[in-house]
Amino acid sequence: MKILVCISSVPDTTSKINFTADKSAFDKNGIQWVINPLDEFALTKAIKLQESQGAVVTVINVGDAATEPVIRKALAIGANDAVRVNLDPKDSYSTAKEIAAVAQNGGYDLILCGKESIDYNGGSVPGMVAQLLNQPFVNASVGLDVNGSEATAVREIEGGKETISVKLPAVIAGQKGLVDEKDLIIPNMRGIMSARTKPLQVVEAVSSEVKVQGVSYDSVPPRAAVKIVSADNLDELVRLLHEEAKVI
Amino acid sequence: MAVFVYAENINGVYKKAAFEAVSYAKAVADQAGDTVTAISVNPTDSSDLLYKYGASNVINIKDDGLKNFSAKAFAQAVNEVADGNTIVFPHTTDASSVAPMLAVMKNYSLITNVLEAPESLSPFQVKRRAFSGKGFMHAKAEGNGVIITVSQNAFGVKENAVSGSEEVKNLSVANEDTKVISHEQSSGKLDLKEAEIVVSAGRGLKGPENWGMIEELANVLGAATACSKPVSDIGWRPHTEHVGQTGKAISPNLYIAVGISGAIQHLAGVNSSKTIVVVNSDPEAPFFKSADYGVVGDAFQIIPALTEKIKALKG
Ligand SMILES: Cc1cc2nc3c(=O)[nH]c(=O)nc-3n(C[C@H](O)[C@H](O)[C@H](O)COP(=O)(O)OP(=O)(O)OC[C@H]3O[C@@H](n4cnc5c(N)ncnc54)[C@H](O)[C@@H]3O)c2cc1C
Repeated sequence: MKILVCISSVPDTTSKINFTADKSAFDKNGIQWVINPLDEFALTKAIKLQESQGAVVTVINVGDAATEPVIRKALAIGANDAVRVNLDPKDSYSTAKEIAAVAQNGGYDLILCGKESIDYNGGSVPGMVAQLLNQPFVNASVGLDVNGSEATAVREIEGGKETISVKLPAVIAGQKGLVDEKDLIIPNMRGIMSARTKPLQVVEAVSSEVKVQGVSYDSVPPRAAVKIVSADNLDELVRLLHEEAKVI
Repeated sequence: MAVFVYAENINGVYKKAAFEAVSYAKAVADQAGDTVTAISVNPTDSSDLLYKYGASNVINIKDDGLKNFSAKAFAQAVNEVADGNTIVFPHTTDASSVAPMLAVMKNYSLITNVLEAPESLSPFQVKRRAFSGKGFMHAKAEGNGVIITVSQNAFGVKENAVSGSEEVKNLSVANEDTKVISHEQSSGKLDLKEAEIVVSAGRGLKGPENWGMIEELANVLGAATACSKPVSDIGWRPHTEHVGQTGKAISPNLYIAVGISGAIQHLAGVNSSKTIVVVNSDPEAPFFKSADYGVVGDAFQIIPALTEKIKALKG
């Protein structure tokens, strides 16, 4: 079995998000980059299938050379090899196009992604890749088993979950629950050493078509100062919520 | 510029997110001087519910093959009937799975997590959520057609009654790639993303046995319940309740956070709530900086007392 795991390099979750002075772009100064946390669930799931079923796991990232440390981290976690498409992606569509182009001839049985990246929150790449490859797509997956040419996936639905069988090849977008948080793999020294020698292939982009542009960005306006209500005076809190905020 | 909107139903019944998406589509149509056509798959609810929010045409797709959800099959069905250059979806789990596939089928731009009415129609430009609620992006669509998904509880449900007509389309879309094995839906629980009030609790509650008081407060308020990430990691509460950067992003009218520190990753998922109340025993808890109202004290005393007072208010 061959698995392709899509990983995105995103600002560390503790990052304060700033924009350039003219607000035309995200300010990358001082940012630490990490594997998109939702992609980590997908990657760990793939490594589990590597251990249990001998799957070969390739990670793919669409990004410029600056994303290589994050790709090396995925290799240290256990992926067998990696592909970087040399393009600073400008939107979900251009990212999906590049992933689909690499996947097209790769003969992957499964493409695993995180359901959304925590930077631009598009949540669009996995579904687009599936459609570009004409494969079935399961989103928001919180469980996955593979059995020959079929997978059983559990997906989150509003107020519940649904278990479905999917014909492979397929694209599955996962989130927390795909593996347990405690099972996420922290690379050990051996992993880090071996990641240095694992193959990382760089390929050039096939298309540069962009369908959505970020014209400008705003920060979140600060809230007014908090009103502290004494714990002995909850009547006042109820009054404020009822009369001032008008939310109850 | 005909505006189409996907009116999502669950087991035939329209969701609040469907009414919100129709309300949004109506605002776009008014700006464009055109009308709204709503599309629904196997609904049992009356189309009157959609006319009420501004849909003057409703296309009801009837297809036994679409009894179960499949992102691809639903995208194909919508593709067959959505004959316009603007298509609005709610940003629900199902709709946001269909939208990217449809965008590729139609070769349209896709803008997700939309928060407000468009800033311009041609080119289509709109404000959207980005950086997990730590920023906003003004996104511009290139090309002729655009699909958008509207973030839940952001634009709001707006009544705008029009007289409408309904059309039934019989389709038979092939749906062979996926097969539903089982479907579990907890009945009677409020959908977290749709809820107008959310009561949420964190590690400060010490253990799962203490959630009774949180549920009781939520009951009295007609609210949904949520939790911080460590709480669902330890298994005190289900994954589906975890809100934040790596969980669900919500924007209720009222968010009550009990025993939650207010880490940046938690705030990312909840800071677009309209009003935030924080109950925490530590006066230095970072959450107070992002709250509208705060109570410093022990949740085990405050929450039961607050519940009684709200009960009294509701009479
Ligand atoms: C990659 C990554 C992603 C993350 N994503 C998320 C996310 O999506 N959502 C999320 O929530 N977190 C997320 N986190 C975790 C986040 O950093 C915090 O650890 C978490 O939000 C803390 O949860 P908490 O506030 O419940 O617990 P704690 O930090 O333990 O805080 C408990 C609070 O309860 C208060 N308290 C204690 N006893 C009482 C009492 N009797 N009455 C009242 N108050 C009391 C304490 O003063 C304290 O402020 C993420 C972290 C990482 C690294």
